[in-house]
Amino acid sequence: MFHERLRGVAAALALGLGLGLGTIPAMAGTPDNVLVIADKIDDIVSLDPAESFEFSGNDMLNNIYDTLVELDPNNLGPLVPGLAESWSVADDGKTYTFVMRKGVKFHSGNPVTAEDAAWSLQRAVKLNKTPSFILTQFGFTPENVDQRIRAEGDKVIITTDKKYAPSFFYYCLTAVVASIVDKKEALAHEQNGDMGYGWLKTHSAGSGAYSLKLYKPSDSYILEANKSYWRGAPAMEKVFVRHVAEPATQRLLLEKGDVDIARKLTPVDIEGVKGNSDIKVRDEVRGRIMYIALNKKVAPLNNPKVIEAIKYLIDYDGMANSFLKGAYVVHQAFLPKGFLGAIDDRPYKLDIEKARALLKEAGVGPFKVRIFVRNDQQRLEMAQSLQNTFAKAGIEVELRVGTGKEILGQYRARKHEIYLGAWGPDYPDPHTNASTFAWNPDNSDEAKLTGILAWRNAWPAKETTPLVEAAVVERDTDKRRAMYEKIQRIHQKVSPFAEMFQAIEQVAMRRNVEGFVAGGSIHSAFYWTVKKN
Amino acid sequence: MSSNTTTLPRDGIARRLWQLAKDLLRLFVMLATTFLGLLAITFFIGRVVPIDPVLAIVGERATQEQYEAARHALGLDRPLIVQFLIYVKDAATGNFGTSLLTAKPVLEDIGRVFPATLELATLATILGVLLGVPTGVIAATRPGTLTDQIIRILGLVGYSMPVFWLGLMGLLIFYGELGWVGGPGRLDTFQEMMFESEVPRHTGMILIDSALAGAWDIFRNALSHIVLPAGVLAYYSMAYISRMTRSFMMNELSQEYVTTARVKGLPEWRVVWVHALGNTLVPLITVIALSYANLLEGSVLTETVFAWPGLGLYITNALMSADMAAVMGGTIIVGAAFILLNMASDILYRLIDPRARAAA
Repeated sequence: MFHERLRGVAAALALGLGLGLGTIPAMAGTPDNVLVIADKIDDIVSLDPAESFEFSGNDMLNNIYDTLVELDPNNLGPLVPGLAESWSVADDGKTYTFVMRKGVKFHSGNPVTAEDAAWSLQRAVKLNKTPSFILTQFGFTPENVDQRIRAEGDKVIITTDKKYAPSFFYYCLTAVVASIVDKKEALAHEQNGDMGYGWLKTHSAGSGAYSLKLYKPSDSYILEANKSYWRGAPAMEKVFVRHVAEPATQRLLLEKGDVDIARKLTPVDIEGVKGNSDIKVRDEVRGRIMYIALNKKVAPLNNPKVIEAIKYLIDYDGMANSFLKGAYVVHQAFLPKGFLGAIDDRPYKLDIEKARALLKEAGVGPFKVRIFVRNDQQRLEMAQSLQNTFAKAGIEVELRVGTGKEILGQYRARKHEIYLGAWGPDYPDPHTNASTFAWNPDNSDEAKLTGILAWRNAWPAKETTPLVEAAVVERDTDKRRAMYEKIQRIHQKVSPFAEMFQAIEQVAMRRNVEGFVAGGSIHSAFYWTVKKN
Repeated sequence: MSSNTTTLPRDGIARRLWQLAKDLLRLFVMLATTFLGLLAITFFIGRVVPIDPVLAIVGERATQEQYEAARHALGLDRPLIVQFLIYVKDAATGNFGTSLLTAKPVLEDIGRVFPATLELATLATILGVLLGVPTGVIAATRPGTLTDQIIRILGLVGYSMPVFWLGLMGLLIFYGELGWVGGPGRLDTFQEMMFESEVPRHTGMILIDSALAGAWDIFRNALSHIVLPAGVLAYYSMAYISRMTRSFMMNELSQEYVTTARVKGLPEWRVVWVHALGNTLVPLITVIALSYANLLEGSVLTETVFAWPGLGLYITNALMSADMAAVMGGTIIVGAAFILLNMASDILYRLIDPRARAAA
């Protein structure tokens, strides 16, 4: 008897669900004028260009703000005009003049002036957030920046503290921290003299191809096309970026056509979608270098022979051809491919016998060491591979696993033994990596140069520091290239760093999407170049 | 049922008011102590974990100076106890601080993510109860039969299958292959943009807000998106509710009053569904409330697979990034949900169970 009632309940339920579902319009694909991207965006800390320093934030801001000089998305490398239509450096090698483009407006409708440009750069220096060093390395301080960076009519005049390679200075001005912000708009939202910082953390005031329409942290953001963009209105009227943490979910969305681009697929997913004729995959080398570093404070890691031996105990090809396939390629120098002076030398390969001989020469018996690594699948697999190969030469490895922030904290405090991690360039000039991997002006604990990798590993870098300082002021580009090549070859031999891999990004997208650029090894993503066929 | 009605004190309204005031006071003290305990535990655990919240803001490249400046701005250079007192004071006024990651007040963040979880958990619980209770009752009335075994196996599978796997399989089949339901996320892209721009926000729950606005396209789309994650979670809570219902019912059905009712010639469905089931309601409500509260915590795995921007993901993200203000704010909301649900089930007992009513 009661089954009848039950049947009634079941029928009602089925009916209820059916009513809801039966009438769903079958939405095939995304609208033609909207670009939908599945990505992971939970690394964003701030949308203020003076503070943003994370991959996802920079991807967004690269499409909202312009800089004085820019990079060509179709040919990443040479400089192209941005908000400055021309620029020059005086004979003294220190005074730079930028002539502003005329007739450009911010999203607010305010005209873009030299005053906005000068103020934006001053602002980044004065706010002194993490990426500010990209500008302050030219001698700007909150006190002197009003004199050193100033507007004169339609020109911005900038004076550096000494002569640098001009390309070095220009490339730094393409970084997000040098974005030109709408002064009037930012000041309209100023609180307690913060130059609009509190407001800009979650809003935008730029002149770029898109303005920020909606931002839901760790969830999604929507950009809206700037119809009067000075390069011409972008084809995609809206860009919708959704945070989808799970790669398998990203893949499903892409296969169903509910997103146009999926940026965080695993190599396995990439293989899976390659057979799908609706989907294509674009490979780009990115700037991230995966390396291990040995703390010179820890014996016997301070022994040059031991350091050399360890470089022969890494299974570079084995890792790159197995679990890192599609994510990394072998790269043994600190400048990523794509940078001025990058080299392709690969002096090391897995050679257990050689490593054993070197350890014997060093007079070091079997020893124990800890590798500090953050709790991340790929890195753990690398660490396990190292554990395996190190053991063959009598080095017993214990993995010290923690969250990213925890391991980083120990690394910055010089409390690690061997660190396994990644480094990405900050601006598209070789000095960015040279100044951290190969430069250390003061190796004392008191110096607390926590941002510099050579310091973190207690390596005085006596062999390379003067060369790095010479290369950054060399004004002849060919000579400069040769200098960086030389620095890297010395670095490969003597430094406690073993660079292992360079990242590649495999972007999967629907076949009708054209023109998406993830930014290569030196820049961030471009959305305004995208078209759909 | 027993009929020993207690005599209420009749000596004046004053005494009853006094009793009420005492009850309220006791409740308030209990709530305040629970919250304070919750605050203290989350706060000190948050400070003990070897994670540096300052690094979360300044990033890897920061110089020592920038690091110190950020540390000072967060107030982390003050003594621990002072930090705690400030925190309690702020929390008492509803200020849970600003999230490091989102740069927004924690309360505002939670106001954004909690409705997503609430919507999902509520639908899942309704489905779980609608399926779990009847199957439990059926299993109890025919113990040992094939029906009982099937229900038990279904329950066991639901209980032991990882939600993560179940969710992905569900997506692959019902979204990927069959196209019966919407994909991950709360809405399709287009509908989401419509929702953001057209629909006024009342509750943050898309089903309710879109229905209030009469935006039925969005409602249907939201329903097609929520069905699968809610179904997965419902399966899990159904398995639990069904097993508990079965065991409560087995107990009731062996009681003498059931035999009496049968002897009296009552129809079997009445004996089972009214008399016996009626008496299992009290423990059942506790089970349902607990299962609901568990879902309200936000199922991190489900939210990850379905790209569902809810509380579970928010707290986990915050924890991973050492965003302690957000972690504590989220924990307190979860704690509050637990406490409120406990109170609600307490009140429900009194309505349902005459004994409890009398004891009060």
